[in-house]
Amino acid sequence: MTTMTMGRPQREVFGETVAALANDDPRVVVVDGDVGSSTRADIFEKAHPDRYLQMGIAEQNMLGVAAGLATMGLVPFISTFVAFAVVRPLDQVRVLIAQPSANVKITPSYGGLSTGQTGMSHIIVDDIAIMRSLPNMAVVLPADDTEADEVLRWAAAHVGPVYVRLGRDATPRVFGPDHAFRLGRAEVVREGSDVTLISTGGQTARTLEAAELLAAQGISAHVLHVATVKPLDIDAIVAAAGRTGRVITVEEGTVIGGLGGAVAEALGEHRPTRVHRIGLQDVDVQSGPNDALLDIYGLSGARVAEQVRRILAQG
Amino acid sequence: MSASVAADPHLDHLREMARRIRVEVIRSVYHAKAGHLGGPLSAADLLAALYFHELRVRPEEPRWEDRDRFILSKGHSSIGLYAAMALRGFFTLEELLTFDGANSRLQGHPDMTRLPGLDMSTGSLGMGISAGMGMALGARLTGRDVRVFVMLGDGECQEGEVWEAAMAAPRYRLDNLVVIVDHNRLQQYGWPGDGPDGRMAPQAPGELVAKWHAFGWRVLHIDGHDMASILDAFEQAAAGDGRPAVIIADTVKGKGVSFMEGRYFWHTRAIKPEEYAQAMRDLGEPDPAADPQAAVAPEAVR
Ligand SMILES: Cc1ncc(C[n+]2csc(CCOP(=O)(O)OP(=O)(O)O)c2C)c(N)n1
Repeated sequence: MTTMTMGRPQREVFGETVAALANDDPRVVVVDGDVGSSTRADIFEKAHPDRYLQMGIAEQNMLGVAAGLATMGLVPFISTFVAFAVVRPLDQVRVLIAQPSANVKITPSYGGLSTGQTGMSHIIVDDIAIMRSLPNMAVVLPADDTEADEVLRWAAAHVGPVYVRLGRDATPRVFGPDHAFRLGRAEVVREGSDVTLISTGGQTARTLEAAELLAAQGISAHVLHVATVKPLDIDAIVAAAGRTGRVITVEEGTVIGGLGGAVAEALGEHRPTRVHRIGLQDVDVQSGPNDALLDIYGLSGARVAEQVRRILAQG
Repeated sequence: MSASVAADPHLDHLREMARRIRVEVIRSVYHAKAGHLGGPLSAADLLAALYFHELRVRPEEPRWEDRDRFILSKGHSSIGLYAAMALRGFFTLEELLTFDGANSRLQGHPDMTRLPGLDMSTGSLGMGISAGMGMALGARLTGRDVRVFVMLGDGECQEGEVWEAAMAAPRYRLDNLVVIVDHNRLQQYGWPGDGPDGRMAPQAPGELVAKWHAFGWRVLHIDGHDMASILDAFEQAAAGDGRPAVIIADTVKGKGVSFMEGRYFWHTRAIKPEEYAQAMRDLGEPDPAADPQAAVAPEAVR
């Protein structure tokens, strides 16, 4: 089995890349909700103290301030945890950012289950479902540090609201330095013929690990990485479904309305295909070490492989 | 603060604009058979002073980059803002009759994507002050001499977000930010109280002034129907001292229409023809019943 090298934590990439962007782009500012020492907005603050805007523990105001900054031609990047960027200020995001298409970059980290042993208050599993339902909002989950850097650079240049879910901890590196992120483009990261696995964000590395385990057992998995959950690359999903006729989505989040929902909607309309969804099955979450949680909720490479085998065995 | 009543053509002009805003509010809501009344009427003098005196705006160039910004955070009073904008020349008075209709630029609550000249979309109460703070910060960061005005309702000040912004703005010394609270002591329904129809907003006298003061704002407390006091407050707010300014403007909800004043249930309500005639008389317009030429025929216009 090939082992993947570890990337840098995406939150670190956030601090460094946005600071680097601000060197050349005077429009770039960071708006923080008192967690800069966690999201690594502190790296940005050191480089650009006058463009690091501390808003305190007041997320509704923070998102509203970002909307106002955007109307003045600035490009605000939001620094907070995914749990506090998506739900608490959702009405502000809806009314002030999504609907008027404000040029705000909602770029929280601590996404998914891997939040550093925090528990239910800090783990939000329905961010994809919520954010992709908002008009004008692009929803992007980079796979690793390489792609996180690319996505943040793309977000600064893109005009319009963007949601980027970043991770807290280092995950295996999926892409090399020649990788080129494009909005709305899904990528085949492994060719196969028996079953199509579709995943997003940091889960893609573990889905690849599952594919490796499955290969050892004679199952050839085709793996599609969907960084952009919205706009969705329907052509690539239809093609990947056509490759094997069996689709299983895998995501570090709820299966209700997330990537699995998006894929099922697209295939339902464009190429009716049976879709199974691996992810949180409408369950409650808890704290624990990353690996333990990924195992409990069925998202480690081994657990994904086991579920895929079971689904295929059911026929 | 008491105003001099000596004749002053500019003040008279502003008072006339406030009267005409009220007339257009009544006319538009009568036609639309929907819309808010109490809030737009209480804010009319403040809106007239903003659009005909204080705001640096260009009606013919609504997206002018260096314009002052205005956010009507109490977005349900949109018709008052639209009337002020129409009178100022952003669009025609006839367009006011499309208010609240499908595909109108004059949406029930302000939608900045539809009408040039609106600086922010509002309607979900509590948000405008945050966006205004972002604009004031943005003006500072981009080195632009832009001032930002935000109008809140006193009921709206029950939203937690207002106080999040109130906490944060003084930390950035945003003296280019001016908040105006239309302090009419009523809201949509409110609490049992001593108003003429038995309801009220819950603050004790002076409570709002004390709160904003405690949050580090420069507080100017005025009679929001006295034009000279309003201009005086704007002038003081403009002489920045490093603090954001808040103008607590004591007003009467429904101001100018006898049977609406101080009554919570005129917050939003359709107007009957006989009420329309009375409102127009109260506002010094020809009685539509007595003067058929002045009567507007809603169906014909829409
Ligand atoms: C977040 C939110 N909650 C409730 C409403 C419904 N609503 C519209 S106006 C209003 C009362 C507003 O009172 P106030 O701010 O005092 O305004 P005014 O009295 O000047 O009309 C309410 C509750 C709303 N628009 N937004």
